[in-house]
Amino acid sequence: MTRRLAYDGVAVAVPVTVPYVRYSTHGAHWFIGQALAELVKASGVRKEQIDGLCLSSFSLAPDTAVGVTQHLGLSPRWLDHIPTGGASGVMSLRRAARAVQAGDADIVACVGADTNHVDSFRQTLGSFSDFARDATYPYGAGGPNSVFAFITANYMRTYGARREDFGRIAVDQRTNALRNPNAMFKKPLTLDEYMAARPISDPIHLFDCVMPCAGAEAFLVMTEARARDLGLAHVRIRGAIERHNAYADDPVMVRGGWLKDRDDLYAQAGVAPAALDFVQTYDDYPVIVMMQFEDLGFCAKGEGPAFVRANDTTFSGSFPNNTSGGQLSAGQAGAAAGFLGMVEAIRQLTGVAGARAVVDAELGLVAGFGMVTYDRCLCTGAVILGKSQ
Amino acid sequence: MENSTMTKSGEPMAAADILGALVGAMAVGRIRVIDLTQTLKPEFPQIALPPEMGQCWPFRVEQVSRYDERGPSWYWNNFSCGEHTGTHFDAPNHWISGRDLPNNAVDTIAVQNFVAPACVIDCSKEAQADPDYLLTVADIEAYEEAHGRIPEGAWFLMRTDWSKRQDPEAYQNFDETGQHTPGPSVEAVRFLIDQRAVLGFGSEAIGTDAGQGYHLRPPYPCHFYMHGAGRYGLQCLCNLDLLPPAGAVLICPPLKIEDGSGSPLRVLALVGTAS
Amino acid sequence: MTVPLKRPERKNPMLRTRQLNLPPAARGRVALGITAAAAEGRFELQACEDCAAVQYPPREACHKCLSPRLRWQAQSGEGAMLASTTLHHSNDMYFRERLPWRLGLVHLDTGPTLMVHLHGDVPDAVDAPVRLRVGARIDRAGQAVLIGFPTEGGGDMADDKMLREMTSDPKFRKVLVTDGKTEVGQAIVRALVKAGADIVWVGHAEPWKKTADLDGIGALAQVTLVPLDLTNGRSVVELAGAIGGKVDIVINNAEVHRGFGIAARRGIDVAKAEMDINYFGFLRLAQEFGPALRGRSADGEVGATAWVNLLSVYALSNFPAHGTFSASKSAAHSLAQCLRAEMQPAGIRVINVFPGPIDDEWNQHVPPPKLGAGALANAIVKALRDGVEDVYPGDVAQEWLERWRANPKVLERELAAGGS
Repeated sequence: MTRRLAYDGVAVAVPVTVPYVRYSTHGAHWFIGQALAELVKASGVRKEQIDGLCLSSFSLAPDTAVGVTQHLGLSPRWLDHIPTGGASGVMSLRRAARAVQAGDADIVACVGADTNHVDSFRQTLGSFSDFARDATYPYGAGGPNSVFAFITANYMRTYGARREDFGRIAVDQRTNALRNPNAMFKKPLTLDEYMAARPISDPIHLFDCVMPCAGAEAFLVMTEARARDLGLAHVRIRGAIERHNAYADDPVMVRGGWLKDRDDLYAQAGVAPAALDFVQTYDDYPVIVMMQFEDLGFCAKGEGPAFVRANDTTFSGSFPNNTSGGQLSAGQAGAAAGFLGMVEAIRQLTGVAGARAVVDAELGLVAGFGMVTYDRCLCTGAVILGKSQ
Repeated sequence: MENSTMTKSGEPMAAADILGALVGAMAVGRIRVIDLTQTLKPEFPQIALPPEMGQCWPFRVEQVSRYDERGPSWYWNNFSCGEHTGTHFDAPNHWISGRDLPNNAVDTIAVQNFVAPACVIDCSKEAQADPDYLLTVADIEAYEEAHGRIPEGAWFLMRTDWSKRQDPEAYQNFDETGQHTPGPSVEAVRFLIDQRAVLGFGSEAIGTDAGQGYHLRPPYPCHFYMHGAGRYGLQCLCNLDLLPPAGAVLICPPLKIEDGSGSPLRVLALVGTAS
Repeated sequence: MTVPLKRPERKNPMLRTRQLNLPPAARGRVALGITAAAAEGRFELQACEDCAAVQYPPREACHKCLSPRLRWQAQSGEGAMLASTTLHHSNDMYFRERLPWRLGLVHLDTGPTLMVHLHGDVPDAVDAPVRLRVGARIDRAGQAVLIGFPTEGGGDMADDKMLREMTSDPKFRKVLVTDGKTEVGQAIVRALVKAGADIVWVGHAEPWKKTADLDGIGALAQVTLVPLDLTNGRSVVELAGAIGGKVDIVINNAEVHRGFGIAARRGIDVAKAEMDINYFGFLRLAQEFGPALRGRSADGEVGATAWVNLLSVYALSNFPAHGTFSASKSAAHSLAQCLRAEMQPAGIRVINVFPGPIDDEWNQHVPPPKLGAGALANAIVKALRDGVEDVYPGDVAQEWLERWRANPKVLERELAAGGS
């Protein structure tokens, strides 16, 4: 296998969260502005020094990243707009890292942000993609819930997973969330509560679903040298992969693009899956978390249920997963959910994860997954981050 | 001829005095105006020919505006109908037998003819008993016996009370053998024209000829002979039961349609009341 | 098994009439190809002319070989349902009012994966995939949706609640047939009664013109004869005032049909009589009955649902021997498209029927095959039941349609040369 160019010399720093609210009358620009302001404040860098911008948002229309530059008074020499939802954290990091390596930009701000108006979700769903408009939305307008209900039901039938197995993922993440001051959910969740919750689109029930909200997550990408000059705690990129529309011939999703590219990921990082201290999986639905456990190499296909039963996935357990609580417990602030795991991983690896810190964490994996267009999500990605020496 | 416009002393009355007397008499109700006209409305039946023939339009009205967004302060309609819709006048050019006569269209008939005396014969009992009743010469002679000779240049109106049939089905009175409405016999028509020089024939039913007139020889004799002699027709009259058998004066000018064969019109009768 | 539809209870007149929310109506241009086929009762998908791959969702180039040569092809719809779900929550008003709602994920034998609405007789895929057959229907928004049907249907299949949203079944409904004085009109009335209509109002004009025996259909328990003259605005207004608020289906079969082109008959009065009923009569009827129909499209289980126009295949391409009649039917066709667009936001289906020559007095000179009144009536009832939008009943109509679609200019020449 060809070894791609490593991500040497690149630093990822300054994890920023703009606290989530259920509904906001502000536009997405407000949350982006707040994120940028916090990045500037926390890094000591002046706004003018941010010469690269990578943005992911679903609620900017009719603006794109370009409009934001004028709106917020930026003059970047490198710009990217990647509206790819849950994969946009990984994707923005890969692009920003290459720009910094090539010298096309010195300091890149990567921001995922969305507002949430009372009718946002419906508006977004209706115009999400051609195929969603033509082949999904007319069928119940259940949004991704019905799509993932199919995927979950098929997975359960094929591999013998039970609702309790998915429940364990949700319950453990809630345990993590209770130690995350930014999480929207503040109450514990028991497996009984999970099982008894009302059906949304069976077998998906209430606690399998994220709560849409407004908010932002962001970080900076620069050279390691620059990060040291600025005195910023930072992490290094050990490997990164990305894939779109993988396994298109699978009649229904049972595996994601991570499976196709994971060997490349671990080869770049020079480690085996067992070396990782935590994972931040993309948790739009528990079944996808389980697939990530399989496809990212922690267990074989179909052994996800057994793996979950055999492990404690809380921040202090045998296999820490979504130490922030994940979007299932922290909330899904639109495209910011694609950055949630990245920002949490940076916190864990720079020692600022507070009461939910994974002890002695040195290596962590952040996975991305996004863009349910029709009957599955199209984008997958993963990054292995390492503590800087 | 007897001329009643003489003063007591035998001098002729001035024309202005005659008209003044008429207006004065009308003002005190000694002369009344009777309306012999059916209301023009979409439901009123029109003459129906076999489907292969050209048809007479029924009366139709389309509102233009009625104090609304189409015209805020006014109300008006557009209407359409045939020349022979509703209570209407037949000119001589309506029939092939009158096609070459001079002044045979509604716009060329001398207007004097639109004010004329009227004789009304009562065939209501006969028509009630027999919808196909044909007026006979004997009927006319019996009428003259009772009411005097029919003057020259008068309308001869056949009262049948047919206009009291409000239901369009009963008014048209069709069955599989065709239409069954009363009218004049061939002999009666010829008598009225040749022996009495009438101005025209009027009926309450949908045609001056009887509904089964097609089967007479010639077919439709009233149309054929009357119009062939340059005389006129009136159809769909009503209120003939309010007219005296003799002495009423009809006012019935049709619309001045260029080369028109007839038109719907207002037929009015001036009738004297007992003093 | 589907629960058979029971006659609904009388509506409480004090309750507000439920208004209609529409299911999502947006479709891309290419995707409208499915709607176009479903409008005629067919399930079609694109197939690549170069590599034969079947495409779904519809698209601009083959997902396998990039060829732009994609041709719409009828599908059998056979496939395996890999998963099913019952939706208990929806962000869309239409579905919210109709929860719970069942959906399926189907792998067609020809390759694509489809999301479908599920007929109640299709079991859930619990232990194994379920074989079924996918069909296309027009939903309340006037757009095609795919439906998973059981491989074998039970007797009451049509009464499935979801399927009834896609159809305009006359059962338990009240119908207006605008002209009961023709053989076709009477056949339509009888077919509706047989299909279970509750009330059939039958219009008739010029009651003093005894061209047909109305006593036969007048004696049927469901039939009420009503005066209706489409040339008389007041007649239409008065009837709409009397019954418009109760009519669920309007079937406009009133027409004047004469056999003249341009030169064969002098004067425009015959052509005007044809237009006055075939076009203007339709317009009067649509103006007066349209609003009440639109207001009741979600009125209970058997609310207002459809408007049927009896057009003619001559509307597509002028039949010169009946030239002015053809033109009047073309005018009516165009207006029917306007009506369909106006009715679409109200969820009322407009069905256009294009028969070839009917076996009646006005087609005396036209050689067979001709469509019998009974066959035409059955085609109309079937269209209502199937929720089909454009119907071309009979061999001549089917053949004209094929020729017109293949090359309308060639058809024009053939008809001008005296062919039919």
